[in-house]
Parts: sequence; structure tokens; C-alpha cells
Amino acid sequence: MTQTLAPLPASTKGPRRLIPGFGITLGTTVLYLSLIVLIPLAALVLKAGTAPLDQIIQIATSKRTINALRVSFGSALIAGIVNLVFGLLIAWVLVRYRFPLKRVVDALVDLPFALPTAVAGIALSTLYAPKGWIGSLFAPMKIAFTPTGIVIALIFIGLPFVVRTVQPVLEELETELEEAAATLGANRFQTILHVILPRLTPAALTGFALATARAVGEYGSVIFIAGNIPNISEIAPVLIVIRLEEFDQAGAAVVAMLMLVFSFLMLLVINLIQAWSRRRFGDV
Amino acid sequence: MSSRSAGQEPAPVRALLIAIALAYVAAVLLLPLVLVFTEAFRKGWENYLLAFTEPNSLAAIRLTLLVTVIAVPLNAAFGILAAWAVTKYEFRGKALLVTLIDLPFSISPVVSGMVWVLLFGANSALGPWLRANNIEIVFAVPGIVLATIFVTFPFVARELIPLMQNQGTTDEEAALSLGASGWQTFWRVTLPNIKWGLLYGVLLSTARAMGEFGAVSVVSGHIRGKTTTMPLDIEILYNDYNFTAAFAMASLLAMLALVTLLIKTVLELRFADELAGTRRH
Repeated sequence: MTQTLAPLPASTKGPRRLIPGFGITLGTTVLYLSLIVLIPLAALVLKAGTAPLDQIIQIATSKRTINALRVSFGSALIAGIVNLVFGLLIAWVLVRYRFPLKRVVDALVDLPFALPTAVAGIALSTLYAPKGWIGSLFAPMKIAFTPTGIVIALIFIGLPFVVRTVQPVLEELETELEEAAATLGANRFQTILHVILPRLTPAALTGFALATARAVGEYGSVIFIAGNIPNISEIAPVLIVIRLEEFDQAGAAVVAMLMLVFSFLMLLVINLIQAWSRRRFGDV
Repeated sequence: MSSRSAGQEPAPVRALLIAIALAYVAAVLLLPLVLVFTEAFRKGWENYLLAFTEPNSLAAIRLTLLVTVIAVPLNAAFGILAAWAVTKYEFRGKALLVTLIDLPFSISPVVSGMVWVLLFGANSALGPWLRANNIEIVFAVPGIVLATIFVTFPFVARELIPLMQNQGTTDEEAALSLGASGWQTFWRVTLPNIKWGLLYGVLLSTARAMGEFGAVSVVSGHIRGKTTTMPLDIEILYNDYNFTAAFAMASLLAMLALVTLLIKTVLELRFADELAGTRRH
């Protein structure tokens, strides 16, 4: 077969290799990905996997590991729920209403993405310390250096996720649907509950899952405000760091593996939510 | 007839919801930001500036810039290559590749640093060889660079992939059929098409690279003046009760964050069509 200079776009094999550079771009991508991400992660899996099974079980089921995971997951879930509620509210207000400084507020929502976690950590810790601007309002109740402080830091870190996943869906939502509901006799509350909220559910759940996943692994913003007391206010990433400092690499690797498994489960859940929402509402 | 008002809440409800949202944003986001600058300037300008004359702090700023200047261009180049491979061709395993590129986002910063300790640390398979050849990676600058590359790995690629997906391949095909080489096509057609998306990705990865704490903390070794970046220096100063210096350093990073948000907002407002489809406005 002779190759013409400009292959017909209709030919089945044409578009695939029409543009040069397939080998070099894909090859470099896979090489760089392997060197920077896959091989290092393989080292972790290998480290955790090659420990004797009874040692793995003993580390995974030790009181301190279980408590660290409980503190991490528990605080992440509470913070996720708070962010779900206020994220929905902020997205709603930003999309539907007009008010002064709206652009500034909209831009500010991304602050937790842009502000380094250590800066957030020392600021929150100072703010919620017993003599801090907010902490003094709650005296004699302590916020900083208790498990509550962890939740505060995770609320800060997770704020943008729900807002940023819900906002575009809300913008696309046709107001005709709400008007139809109103015409059919639904009051505003019923319209919100039965017409608007179901359409926002997939995006809100995705945002909730993203915020929770991020919160479970969070380190910098938490360590300053947490107090880091073993079994009480010690999060899993802190336990990993302590194990590394004790040169207990197997101990660190097992806790890290447990967290990785959780990350994969979260990714799976997010993909399932999105597949479900595509089936139900078309493209979201 | 105004169609908006048909489906809107009564004015008092609207006012109440706006008030709650604003109060929440002010308490959760604005207050920590204000506190950083208040604490930094609490003892006046002189003490604020004094914090930056300290050699260890200057070394931390230099190291942060060095790490960023290495990590961001490498990941930007990778991001362009990866986005090109993923969006210009069809091949098996593409979905898996995209998932793997996104992987560092879902991994705890501490784990992102720890993998390098396991790979190059004293107890690793490579450890004895590295020590015999006097190559320091972990608890030295190379480890900090590697950890930073790991955490900022997906930023540019994940901005460019949806963008280039939307743009398709017709522009490139037109250029190629008119006789342009692959290189010319990239420089004159693709790059102008993706420049704002690329800038957006570079901006986000720069902010993350300069501010990364957890991953860098694990591989740093915390030797002040040698292996501490700005966020690590902040931690040391804060734990030494040197609050003015800690918040002075923090104020630099907070300003960086504000500039990032400003440029990001401008890009989103002015070049919305030329950013990825997932971006708003």
C-alpha cells in the first residue's frame, strides 16, 4: 500500500499516528512517571510487604496505630461534614446572590489551596490558643492542643473542595426546573429539597470525599494545633514521622500502607459517585 | 417579568444566608490571614525586617527558591509531554496512565517524603553504595528536591489534559498537512493554544513547591541554614518561641499565596475560554 502525503482523515488508522512524537512523548512520560512516582511507591509497598506477617498484624493492631487512625479518620469525617454544610451554603450564596465584595470572597475560597500548610498551622494555633483571638472567647474550654484543634485545622484545609465541586453544577442548573416546581405548587423549601438538592448531591458528595481524603493525610496545618499526645490527639501522619525518627521503618511503612489503601478506596468511591451521577443526570 | 425572582428566597432569608456565609468565610479564612500579618508586625517594622537579616533565614529563602526553580520547570516539561501523549493519540491503558499521573494528589505529604527515605536512606538497598560514594540524597538538598517534585508532579499535566482534549487535534493536523514539522507545529500552534492553561498550572505548582511542608520535613534532616526551606524554618522559629521571626517568614509565604490567588482570578476572568473546561466562569 502506498502512503499518501496527507492521509484521509476518514481512514481508521489515520488520526492515531498522524501527529508525530507518539513514541518520544509517551516514552518520556512513562519513564518520568516511573522514576518519580511508581518506583518510590513500590519501595514503600515492598518495605511494608516484606515485614513478617505477624509483625505487620502486630503493628496494624497496636493500640497506638489504631488510635492514630481513629483520630485521623474521625476528625477528617467531622471536618468533612462541616465543610459539606458550609460548602453548599457558600456555593449557593456565590452563585445565586449578589453582594458587595463577591469576587473577593470567591477568590478567597481558594486560600487554603494557596497558603502553605505550615503558615496555616501556626496561624490557627495562635488564633485558637487559650489567649488567642478566638481561643480566649471559649475559655475555660480549650480548643488548641486538643482533638478539637485538629478538626479546626481540617475544616480550614477542606473548605474549598465542596464549594468548588458544587459551584459549576449550580451554575449550570436551569432555573426553569425551579419555576416549573413553583408553578406546580411547590413552596420554596420543597423545591430546594426535591428539585435542587438531588441535582447537587453527586457534586457535593465528590467534594466531601475529596475534602475527607485530603484531611486524612494532612500534616502541616495540624501538628501545631494538635498537641500530638499519643492515643489522644496524635494523627496517623505524625505517628509515621515518629516511627521514622525512631528508625522503625517497617512500623512507619505499615501505617503508611493502611493510609494508601484508604486513599485508593476514596478514589474508587469518588469514581463510583461520578459514574452513578452520569447515569442519573447525564454529564456532570 | 423577571424569571429570577420567581424562584428566589424572600429578601430576609437571602440576607441571612449571605450574612452567615460571609461571617463563616471571615472567621475561617480571613482571620488566620490577618493574624499572620498582625503577629509579624507586632513589634514594629524594625523587628520585622530584622528577621530577614538572619543568615539561616536567608539560607532558607535561597533553598526554597532553588528547589522551586528545579522542580517546577521539570514538572512543566513533563506535564506538556504527558498531555501531548494523552490527548493527541489513542492507545491502550490511557485511563490508567491518567489515574497514575494524578496519584500524588491523593497521597499524604508525609508518605510522599517517606518513600525517598525508604529508597535512598541508610537502611535502603542503595544506602551503603550511596554512602561509599559520598552521595547524599536523604537529609540533604537532593531529597528535598525529589520530594517537592513528587508532590507537585500532577499540577501542570492535570491542567493541560482537559484543555488539550477540548481543543482536539485539528489545528495540529492542519499545520502538519501544510508542511510544518512536528517541532514547528508544537511551537507555533500548540503552545500558543495552551499558554494560559500552562501558566495556570505553573502558578499552582510554584505555590505548592514553595510552601510544601510535610514531604520536605520528612527528608530534610532539619539542619538550619543547610536543609531547611522557608516552611521548615517557620516551624523551627515557632517552636523556639521566636514568634515575630516565624510570622515574618510566614508573611512572605502568605503574600505569595495572595499573589497566586490574584493572578489565578485574573486568568480565570480574562482567559476563561483558554483554560481547562473544568475551570469556572
